[in-house]
Amino acid sequence: MLDAAQLENSKSMSIIVTKGSLDWAYPPFILASTAASMDLEVTMFFTFYGLPLLKKEMNPKFTTVGNAAMEMPMMGTHIAMPNIVGVLPGVGAMAGTMMKNLMAKKGVAPLEDLREACVELDVRMIACQMTMDLFEYSPEDMIDGIELGGAATYIETASKSDINLFI
Amino acid sequence: MAEQTLNAEGLNCPLPIIKAKKMLKTMAPGDVLNVRATDPGSVADFAAFCNQTGNELLSSGSEGEVYTFQIKRG
Repeated sequence: MLDAAQLENSKSMSIIVTKGSLDWAYPPFILASTAASMDLEVTMFFTFYGLPLLKKEMNPKFTTVGNAAMEMPMMGTHIAMPNIVGVLPGVGAMAGTMMKNLMAKKGVAPLEDLREACVELDVRMIACQMTMDLFEYSPEDMIDGIELGGAATYIETASKSDINLFI
Repeated sequence: MAEQTLNAEGLNCPLPIIKAKKMLKTMAPGDVLNVRATDPGSVADFAAFCNQTGNELLSSGSEGEVYTFQIKRG
């Protein structure tokens, strides 16, 4: 049997970040900032809808639509929102505000703070060049210190990383 | 040996770990960081953090609803 105590701890991690909504933006920034705090070398590759998370003015949106498992704690119980309600004008923005308020109340860090922690901890951030072209972003839209690269850049990094995640 | 204290009460995962790391970076090997946290997950997380980073978890306990940790900078 594998004896975990005999194994070396991992020293590097990469994450492909493909989603940029408020809820999906948390896992990559939480894991990257924590891993960097634990002395791992961390690379984040932002592609498709993950790319806006590198914008100077980050404003991730939130929707309940298509999120069948989502339920919010309310008055001692949990309330789910039917998709048909979620598509009404203003409901997504309202749900997003509720989510941010809930997070603040529970001491969950604002996304901006986690991204800032990643920058301070020297997490390497790569913006997918193809997605930059596709959605017409320019490097000036993005925070300082990021790199531009493509699939080959990511694969080279991933091939040397102990942990590779796709989120 | 210098001692410092981090009050991470009210903060949720992963903020206690990130703030602890930030303070440990400024301290000298052998210095001790005392952490106070209310996140129940921090009990498992500070043990894991110390295992991974080579800092030593001198003690892990609780006072009422506050979890306390003593971490010796490695």
